Amino acid sequence: MDVAIIGIGIHPFGRTDGVSGLEQGVFAARQALQDGRLEWNDMQFAYGGSAAAGKADTMVSKLGLTGLQFINVSNGCATGGSALQSAYMAIQSGMFDIGMAVGFDKHPRGAFTVDPEGSGLGKWYGDIGLALTPQFFGMKIRRYMHEFGITEDTLVRVAMKNYQNGSKNPNAWRRTPFSYADIAESPMVCEPLRKYMFCSPAEGGCAMVLCRADKAREYTSKPVFLKAVSVKTRQFGSFEVFAQCQALDRADPPTVQASRAAFEMAGVGPEDIDVAQLQDTESGAEIMHMAENGFCADGDQEQWLREGYTEIGGKLPVNTDGGCLANGEPIGASGLRQVYEICVQLRGEGGERQVPNQPKTGYTHVYGAPGLSGVTILST
Amino acid sequence: MASVANQIPIAEGLFTWPSNDPRLLGSRCSNCGVVTFPAQSGCPACCGEETETIELERQGTLWTWTVQGFLPNRPPYDGPETSETFEPFGVGYVELPNQVRVQTRIKTENIAKLEIGMEMDLVVEKYVERDGKDIIAYFFRPSTEA
Repeated sequence: MDVAIIGIGIHPFGRTDGVSGLEQGVFAARQALQDGRLEWNDMQFAYGGSAAAGKADTMVSKLGLTGLQFINVSNGCATGGSALQSAYMAIQSGMFDIGMAVGFDKHPRGAFTVDPEGSGLGKWYGDIGLALTPQFFGMKIRRYMHEFGITEDTLVRVAMKNYQNGSKNPNAWRRTPFSYADIAESPMVCEPLRKYMFCSPAEGGCAMVLCRADKAREYTSKPVFLKAVSVKTRQFGSFEVFAQCQALDRADPPTVQASRAAFEMAGVGPEDIDVAQLQDTESGAEIMHMAENGFCADGDQEQWLREGYTEIGGKLPVNTDGGCLANGEPIGASGLRQVYEICVQLRGEGGERQVPNQPKTGYTHVYGAPGLSGVTILST
Repeated sequence: MASVANQIPIAEGLFTWPSNDPRLLGSRCSNCGVVTFPAQSGCPACCGEETETIELERQGTLWTWTVQGFLPNRPPYDGPETSETFEPFGVGYVELPNQVRVQTRIKTENIAKLEIGMEMDLVVEKYVERDGKDIIAYFFRPSTEA
């Protein structure tokens, strides 16, 4: 049973004082229903999650107590992607015909606070100052730069591109593009990564309605089909966030595993992708994820960014909505935002940020602590 | 110098203490030989359930590093600094030959000189004072600063 996305909704990302995370999720859910000309009553199930803004299933008190199956999802930065994968499986299995994936969040300002013991680490780990995700990103990209000759110039160019794209996205948080110098001279956070190379914790909501592919055209003239969904966790030997130690022998990261599985499931290759959303927690992540997802060889990112291959008019536009850098990171919503953007692009509704020549196949990728990745491949 | 009785390790079983030549404690899988840090009961490589606790090497090379540029949120951080006294500190992975790479804070007088591949030594010393006692933690320091 193939699965289609027939309705999409989003609450603008960023900071919305006076509106709870849950209310932002409800806003996105209603918009997704409206987009598919559906009612909440029509939903047979929902999967939803947030990391810091409450239990998604309590949305029913606002959307309506219809008695549907509503399952909360909690999977770090892959929460949205995992909700989507669960919804996919619910329909693909034949158990349900139609349902929703939804995610939202509202984080306090400043860096994420981590509970080391809740992550299976010793209290000492946080005590001495190791329980910080920015350190991991700094250390991973430094090693990558050392091994593959990536320069700071490329780190700056990724950030500049994503803020530029964000300025064309009415739902993005950061709508004013930063100059090269703004980024290159912003304060150092975790070497070699600077302030404007990092995304910030934020707020937002995103939802989509999924149904059996054979019924999709009953609801919309522009269904987007989920050709592949894949979530993988780390193997022994990959370099992951919050690792007190690493094996001497290295293994492929979970992104490589998830990407390969998704391409196999969809029966397409990286060369078939017209537009991609890749996890850009910071500039270095997007650079490494370009290669981990199979779009270029390690080290080629220097040329790709210099030549503009990943800009909206380039051969593989990446993070056309501005990515996490311009949208911020509401953990529960980010994975679904990526899918939302691919739907917008494949439906030709991108406005100022529309990828030219009618893209037909899109790709999304999330990465999160403590080492998991989710990939989807979508097509018209 | 504080007496041993006044010195408390930051966590039990993380390193040998008290000791004149303290070592980090890891575990070796009885089945596949893979080494992990800290010591743990199961093997993440082969899923074996039997491991033995071993002392790790005290010298290695810096595999990658960064500098923590802002005062971490507390909790979980519990270092001695205030936002006024905070100085960025180094963090990295040190590769211990034929064993494992361990994550560590880096002690150095010259943070600008850190580089991948440099020789590093284990240092076990006072991290912070709490309730009149010295809390002892582990660090690595460039061998050139020994």
